[in-house]
Amino acid sequence: MTDCCSDTPTIEAGAATTTVGLGSCQCALVGTPNSGKTALFNALTGSRQKVANYPGVTVERKAGVVHTPAGLCIRIVDLPGTYSLRARSPDEEITRDVVLGKLASETPPDFLVCVADSTNLRLALRLVLELRRVGRPMMLVLNMYDIARRRGLDIDAHKLSELLGVPVVTAVSVRKGGIDAVLSELDKLAPKGGGSASSWHSPSATDLRADQHKADEILRAAVRTPGRPDTLTARLDSVLLHPAAGLAILFVILFVMFQAVFTWAKPLMDLISNGFGWLGASTHAALPAGLLQSFIENGVIGGVGSVVVFLPQILILFLFILLLEDLGYMARAAFLMDKIMGGAGLHGRAFIPLLSSFACAIPGIMSTRVIDNKRDRLTTILVAPLMTCSARIPVYTLIVAAFIPNTNVWGVFSLQGLVMFGLYGAGILSALGVSTAAKYVFWRDEPSPPFMLELPDYKLPRLKSVGLGLVTRAKAFLYRAGTTIFAMMMLVWFLASFPRPPMGASGPAINYSLAAMIGRLIHPLLAPIGFNWQISVALIPGMAAREVAVAALGTVYSISGGSDAAGAIGSRLAGQWSIATALAFLAWYVFAPQCASTLAVIRRETGSSKWMWVTFGYMLALAYIAAFATYHIAVALGAG
Amino acid sequence: MLRESPPVIARSPLGRGRLGFRGRIDSIQATGSGSGLAPDELERRLIELGFVEGASVEILHEGIIGRDPIAVRVDSATVAIRRREAMAILVV
Repeated sequence: MTDCCSDTPTIEAGAATTTVGLGSCQCALVGTPNSGKTALFNALTGSRQKVANYPGVTVERKAGVVHTPAGLCIRIVDLPGTYSLRARSPDEEITRDVVLGKLASETPPDFLVCVADSTNLRLALRLVLELRRVGRPMMLVLNMYDIARRRGLDIDAHKLSELLGVPVVTAVSVRKGGIDAVLSELDKLAPKGGGSASSWHSPSATDLRADQHKADEILRAAVRTPGRPDTLTARLDSVLLHPAAGLAILFVILFVMFQAVFTWAKPLMDLISNGFGWLGASTHAALPAGLLQSFIENGVIGGVGSVVVFLPQILILFLFILLLEDLGYMARAAFLMDKIMGGAGLHGRAFIPLLSSFACAIPGIMSTRVIDNKRDRLTTILVAPLMTCSARIPVYTLIVAAFIPNTNVWGVFSLQGLVMFGLYGAGILSALGVSTAAKYVFWRDEPSPPFMLELPDYKLPRLKSVGLGLVTRAKAFLYRAGTTIFAMMMLVWFLASFPRPPMGASGPAINYSLAAMIGRLIHPLLAPIGFNWQISVALIPGMAAREVAVAALGTVYSISGGSDAAGAIGSRLAGQWSIATALAFLAWYVFAPQCASTLAVIRRETGSSKWMWVTFGYMLALAYIAAFATYHIAVALGAG
Repeated sequence: MLRESPPVIARSPLGRGRLGFRGRIDSIQATGSGSGLAPDELERRLIELGFVEGASVEILHEGIIGRDPIAVRVDSATVAIRRREAMAILVV
């Protein structure tokens, strides 16, 4: 790769346009939501793209490089979709600042490429009129042109170009050769440079109205519509948005998604977990017993393994989310769920992040970025960790298998299954309760924000773009969660390993460590909820990730073999704990903020430690109250 | 012959429209709609989604609880919106 093609933004104060003419330049991709902007970006840059974050904010920066037929090298940034440069969310602020050239970390673009869905030009044309005031050279790409033709839309691109005063090209970004016209237009537009001074100001309602009327006028002059909307979308919506049938279908889709996340992922997760187990065992055998062995085996390999093992679930979950999103169904799901979730003070769009949180709260919290309102987003982040994530499953299954008899209730339901269902239900109900409470505690004076959302026409998802999306998410998850969890695992390993046991000590090493000291210190606080000191000690390493508590219990009760020995741990616990203690332990795990990584992600996503501590505090309080009540009710019922 | 008098056109908020309602937008009146947004902000957001004077609207779908939210066809696009915000859109 040559020097000119590096896509790292360079800050050259006052020299932004000097790159023009040197064979390379900077271009920003702008468009309304659902304009197929990302599909065009993928078609232009292929796999030559990088995803990172804009410094200081949690907005994704997608950049790539395109080589034009004339040999130009153009760096492209794909900006978050927006209807206006007015910037109502952090994402849209990025779009505004990059377009205006005000973002310090980004080279101001030499020209803009505005992307529009050919079948739905109305709002896009208004955006074009607004973008023209920025004064940068610009072109308009009419994306999904094939679909527009098929529906009988007659678009006069020349007329459109003439009326808008910008070059207009048509494109089919999902087909090979569909973007040739875009590439050759880039060659014409890029070397020009220049542009005029920006006359943009945040538009008032009057400005927006005038622009929309002008856009409608242009549309009437340049586009002939057959006068009927997409009949396929209309027919699908008559079923999928039907008040009863639509909801039923949504729940079927959710059920399939759930099954997939838990059952399809299982073999892959076992493979990964066994792989790391084998790696750990080999290291154990290869290294002499001691601190280094423990560090590599439990700290490094165990730490990395605990993150990587969730990758199959995350990928399957995101596969569904990406497919449903590309299909255009996600907006419909938000529509169907809006009122149901709205009763608990949640936004219809919160539904996607909360669903993701069933796999893991980390991607769930990360995906709250689709919610543009700050209040809605914070409420969703606050309750996301209450959804029963997959890391709770090993804890639940261990305790349920050891303490709940495997009998049938009314002949059909397994009691163990019912308890598991109850634990999931408790998580969902408490999330609704907490968001309702948040409505009165944090947002008393703010009326609830609106739900306004375009419902795009249905489109067949493209495997290539879904695949590209999956790779991007996988990388982001491994990197983001990996760094945090890994650091936490190191800390926890340190707490569980130091100081070393004295010479001639007989008990397991962890009993002499800092973790044990902390565990014994907090034990008096946990005794009222029925926890013995062993549980108190195991909770400390359990902060790394919930399922680590299983292995930690194994260590404390000096059962070798870590989490693989779940059966042995279970029978040991069954002999040592009362049923009341076991139930209290389950109740604790429904609520307890036993995941340092989730807390770290909340801090990052909200940009302040306040919300991290709020989450930690309320979850801890709920966990204590729930475990206390469970323990004492169980004891009163004779299960002590 | 009696000439038919022009029908009396009454403006009504889209937020009260029934399923299948078809009409045109007469004006946007964002004050006192009960929305969580400031009137000026609500007006701008509605315009950004294409709700301007003269645009044709049709209520295509309703939610299950309280017939809310509604899916509205606005010229060439479909927009989901709560009835409370749709109260600001006066239609004929």
